Amino acid sequence: MIEGLMIGLGTAFSVTNLLMVVGGCLIGTFIGMLPGLGPMSIIAIMIPIAITIGDPSAAIILLAGVYYGAIFGGSTSSILINAPGVASTVATSFDGYPLARQGKAGKALTVAAISSFSGGTIGAVLLMIFAPALATVALLFHSAEYFALMVVGLSAISTFAGSGQVSKALLMTVLGLIMATVGEGALYNLPRFTMGIMDLQSGFGFITLAMAMFALPEAIYLVLDPSRSNPGEGNAEIRELRITQEEARAIAPVIGRQSIQGFFIGVLPGAGATIASFLGYAVERNIAPKEEQDQFGKGSIKGLAAPESANNAACTGSFVPLLTLGIPGSGTTAILLGALIALNVSPGPRLMVDQPEIFWSVIVSMYLGNLILLILNLPLIPYIAKILIVPRTYLIPFILFFTLMGAYIGQNNATELLILIGFGVCATILRFADYPLAPLLIGFILGSMLEDNFSRSMQLYDGFGFILERPMTLSLLTLALILIAFPTYRARRTRLRAKGVADGD
Amino acid sequence: MALDRWIALIILLICFAYGYTAFFMMDAGMPPFMRRSPIWPSTFPKALAILGIIISLSIVLRMEKSDINFKEGDINYRNLGQYKIGQAFLLLSFMVAYALFLRPMGFLASTTAFLVFSGALLGERKLLRLFLISGLSTGVIWYLVQEVLGIFLRPFPFFLV
Repeated sequence: MIEGLMIGLGTAFSVTNLLMVVGGCLIGTFIGMLPGLGPMSIIAIMIPIAITIGDPSAAIILLAGVYYGAIFGGSTSSILINAPGVASTVATSFDGYPLARQGKAGKALTVAAISSFSGGTIGAVLLMIFAPALATVALLFHSAEYFALMVVGLSAISTFAGSGQVSKALLMTVLGLIMATVGEGALYNLPRFTMGIMDLQSGFGFITLAMAMFALPEAIYLVLDPSRSNPGEGNAEIRELRITQEEARAIAPVIGRQSIQGFFIGVLPGAGATIASFLGYAVERNIAPKEEQDQFGKGSIKGLAAPESANNAACTGSFVPLLTLGIPGSGTTAILLGALIALNVSPGPRLMVDQPEIFWSVIVSMYLGNLILLILNLPLIPYIAKILIVPRTYLIPFILFFTLMGAYIGQNNATELLILIGFGVCATILRFADYPLAPLLIGFILGSMLEDNFSRSMQLYDGFGFILERPMTLSLLTLALILIAFPTYRARRTRLRAKGVADGD
Repeated sequence: MALDRWIALIILLICFAYGYTAFFMMDAGMPPFMRRSPIWPSTFPKALAILGIIISLSIVLRMEKSDINFKEGDINYRNLGQYKIGQAFLLLSFMVAYALFLRPMGFLASTTAFLVFSGALLGERKLLRLFLISGLSTGVIWYLVQEVLGIFLRPFPFFLV
């Protein structure tokens, strides 16, 4: 591990990569602060730039920096104007915004920055310990297990979709998988489902789809509902950034607990930073003494520290399945996976062996990113927060323009723009009807890998025998089945209970 | 019928068409040696089509009961009239126009026009300032993309270059 860390330090501490971390964090913070733009949209917009850099380490360091910055920026707008730019910082606004209204915006931002920093750093340490161990186990996996593992990942994503949403999330996943089969597959050299259209020969563009699923619907929502981008009653002046020793002592255990809990929730596919932050908030509220419990929601610093450390730790945790198994657990890591593949890097257990400099430089850049966010952003926050007053008449056209540019630069093809707009409109309609969009993108990105592993196992075992002959595969597939069936069963039981029907036993 | 079920119905039809292609059309032109393989190019799509049909049917028939109705802060599609739907449509048509004119008009003119028109549509009244900011940022972005990143973007209309 020490040797790897040294490789990472050597790579990450080059001038270019340091600039990437600083640049990524700043860009992420700036854009993440804008209401309506989450990390997924920002990373999608940044991918063409990252790919042009050419060096995979530098590119992934930049994107990871953007990711952290966006989460941190999202917290800032949650605290200052009660407009979370990111779903995972919604819980931050519960106590952050009341603190800001009491004139303690500076203190709230400091607590958020310290909690994010600690959450991210503890997460990075845990990642460093767990990722190599998991990668060693993953090296024993065959294509049959990979196939099963991907099925588990996709089912887990649907499971976390929430009550009444499981079938919608599953349908989106299948739709993503269907879209991935369009074009020429690696195994067959046959164009499939192209309907004779030449532009579809190489399949749908991943960047186009990512933009269409996230950035464009967000922008359309901002146009449809102006109140989403209104700055509201923001606190113009941010003073008194310091926290007292007592406050530090009060939040320290919260940060410790939530960083660890958040990390492990982040590792689970589909759970991610949003669930980690809400769960972290709920747990801290429940275990707090009665008098402190009443403070939650009215400006408790514990209530602010909990979701902040949890969401940052979860972001780091979500890198574990990405880097060790090559399976993204969230929309953001799915986009990162797409970027890595475009850069000719295939994340998975071999990554640590074949390209250790990429693996370790990502981990080192996580430490660096967190440190930079703390020392750079904290003193700059009063100035950075000025971006919140950018009027929507400038904000929306520029978001739309960057979305279009992202798809155009990648392909240099104007047809791609029309496909983007078409998909964007479809994605907006899907969002109206409450269909989750992240499973579609994850399905799309995993589609070809899933099919390749499935085909390889079928060829090796001359049919479906691999399911029964490999116990690990069978148990993983059973787990996937349970993951899908469980929420439906639970929801049904809750409904029956609500109706007053007695349980079976 | 609610919008989510209409969407599921459309996806169901897509899955039927996809499944029809996978089951009845794809294998027709397959070379004989590939027929001996346990996996055909159509195997995975066949499985996906069946899965897609089952899941979309379950939504159309409302087999999974949903307790979630309209979430606060989200857009209620039943009252689209109360939102700026006209503006959204116009902006989308500006985007289509931008896609069509980007090559013939060149990057600088088409982007500036797109930013100015969109800003004006959204209610910006200081047009000169809008024009200046849009023009300047377009120039800076063009410089960064073309000169720094090295990605070709034709700056001027086709008849000038």
